[in-house]
Amino acid sequence: MHDVYNFVAGPLVWVAFIVFFGGWLFRLIRMFSLINKKEPFIYTYMSWKYSFRSIFRWMIPFATTNWRRKPVLTIVTFAFHICLIITPIFLLAHIILFDEAWNISWWSLPEGWADVMTLIVIGCCIYFLVRRLKSPEVQFVTYPSDYIILAIVAAPFITGFLAYHQWINYQLMLILHILAGEIMLMAIPFTRLSHMIFSPFTRAYMGSEFGGVRHTRDW
Amino acid sequence: MSEPAKTDSPQAPDIGLSSGIARLTPEKIEKVINDVIKGETGARLHTYVETCIHCGLCSEACHYYLSHDNDPHFAPVGKVKQTIWEMLRKKGKVSPEFMQQAALVAHTQCNLCKRCAQYCPFGIDIAYLMTVVRRVIHKLGCTPQYIQDTAHSHSVMLNQMWVKGDEWPDTLQWQEEEAQAEIPTLRIPLEKEGADIMYSVIAPEPKFQAQLIYQAAVIMDVAGVDWTMPATTGWDNSDMAMFTGDYELMGRLKRSHFETAARLRVKRVVMGECGHAFRSVYDMGNRWLGWQMPPIPIVHAIDFFYELLKEGKIKIAKKFDSPVTLHDPCNVVRGAGLEEKARYVAQQLCEEVVEMTPNREHNYCCCAGGGVINCGPPYKMTRIQGNRIKAEQLFAAKTRGARTLITPCHNCHSGLHDIVHHYGVGLDIKFFGDILYDVMEKPE
Repeated sequence: MHDVYNFVAGPLVWVAFIVFFGGWLFRLIRMFSLINKKEPFIYTYMSWKYSFRSIFRWMIPFATTNWRRKPVLTIVTFAFHICLIITPIFLLAHIILFDEAWNISWWSLPEGWADVMTLIVIGCCIYFLVRRLKSPEVQFVTYPSDYIILAIVAAPFITGFLAYHQWINYQLMLILHILAGEIMLMAIPFTRLSHMIFSPFTRAYMGSEFGGVRHTRDW
Repeated sequence: MSEPAKTDSPQAPDIGLSSGIARLTPEKIEKVINDVIKGETGARLHTYVETCIHCGLCSEACHYYLSHDNDPHFAPVGKVKQTIWEMLRKKGKVSPEFMQQAALVAHTQCNLCKRCAQYCPFGIDIAYLMTVVRRVIHKLGCTPQYIQDTAHSHSVMLNQMWVKGDEWPDTLQWQEEEAQAEIPTLRIPLEKEGADIMYSVIAPEPKFQAQLIYQAAVIMDVAGVDWTMPATTGWDNSDMAMFTGDYELMGRLKRSHFETAARLRVKRVVMGECGHAFRSVYDMGNRWLGWQMPPIPIVHAIDFFYELLKEGKIKIAKKFDSPVTLHDPCNVVRGAGLEEKARYVAQQLCEEVVEMTPNREHNYCCCAGGGVINCGPPYKMTRIQGNRIKAEQLFAAKTRGARTLITPCHNCHSGLHDIVHHYGVGLDIKFFGDILYDVMEKPE
């Protein structure tokens, strides 16, 4: 068990972060090289003003027509994404690991908050799962891979929650948690989780076309 | 591949589509799909497909989806699933039957109105994905018959309606003579080099709506505009090739249009009340030819009427007294932001304007645009059943008093005519030009 722990908490962490950041960079380089090779006209229409107008508008809950049409989903999706990103970065246990390894640390979430935010992520994942199963328009375009990426995202939070509360075999749960986190990081650049990488660019392009050429709003 | 969508009436035969499909082999399909995807698409297609999280949030943007009781086959993402996702997933190894269904989806169940682009949180351009499908269908030779015929006409005659070389100036002279009965000094100036404005129309105007040219001539004459029309090809600003995915032909058409304007050394091109033609000259065709924006300023009729009224070049004798509601055409509102100018024109011309909802850039499409009405009679019911929501929207406007429907776009005009008649909405449909001609001050 100790060997497994040392592996997942040691070399595999490096692998995960290298794949995550390297993959992120690779996907961006590939996208830009494709643009340069095939669609350089895109640059002609890009506008900083309209790009950020569109990005910011869509980052504000209820600021767009569709966010207003779907209030529950809007609350869920914003809560989900905020907690998903904030919790792991500002979790005390994670910061301690960095502190021990490199002697760097930063502000951490009170543990009670982190616990609640973890539950929010898990709850939102359940909502997404139910929506996928029950909404005909979502069910129709659901592939097995959609369940897999949902599981990939939910797993680190479920295992982390269980490990923190030491409810089931702590050591095993901790190993599973670290592994799940690593799988998620590595999956982001190479699955549809890559919307984390690409969505600012698709949003910016559509914002630029709507603002600069179409003189209208894209929300 | 899932079951095709349920429709309420059987599909009328379409010889262009069925005979095209009959000629296909799996090898040819695979080659063409991969040629288009590898050769002609790039970051947009791949990024859109890989970013889409399959959330279905685009669904309620689509009038087909809403009109078919939320049948997911008609959701924008559902159409993507039935077409481009499968082509990519199977690396082009799809059957002729699949291509037939893909052609129906891309050509007759999507108006390329881009309303869904306003609903996707990532701003994925689903209409663009449908045009990629149409490009594949074009290269496979399976484009629906009627729209392909108009593309043939474009190719041979450089206009959409097989209008022959001599018929064009003949029609203009005929309308000039007609209008001279009303204003004896009126001219339709042909080939006047150095005029301020070249007025261009779509080919259905000389073909069967020549009174629109008459009306435009009266408006130009009364406003004292220095204008001209070409006597040669290049007069037609329409473009079905843009919708069939025949971009080489689109390029020829737009080059002819722009070069005609350049030859006449006009300062601007003013075009009639047509939406798709505006998309072609302002957004698509100019890009294909390498122009970021049109090489000569293009002014849509809404914009032009706004200018004439704002500057007082046209005076209104008596406002139109029937309450009107205004349809915002996708290509000039979601496509060019002319919604407020359209409202200014409507308010100047009419006593009462009743807004339909949703409106402005969120208006429902007419279900005729994007080449769908041009796919012809076999798909008339596809359009009508696919836009029940529009009938409901129009009924609501009528309930609040509207009696006349203004549609400043040819496709919208024809498409809404079918909607209004089929559902018995009972609204009179007019162009801005019709009303402007009626209510303006004319010389005694």
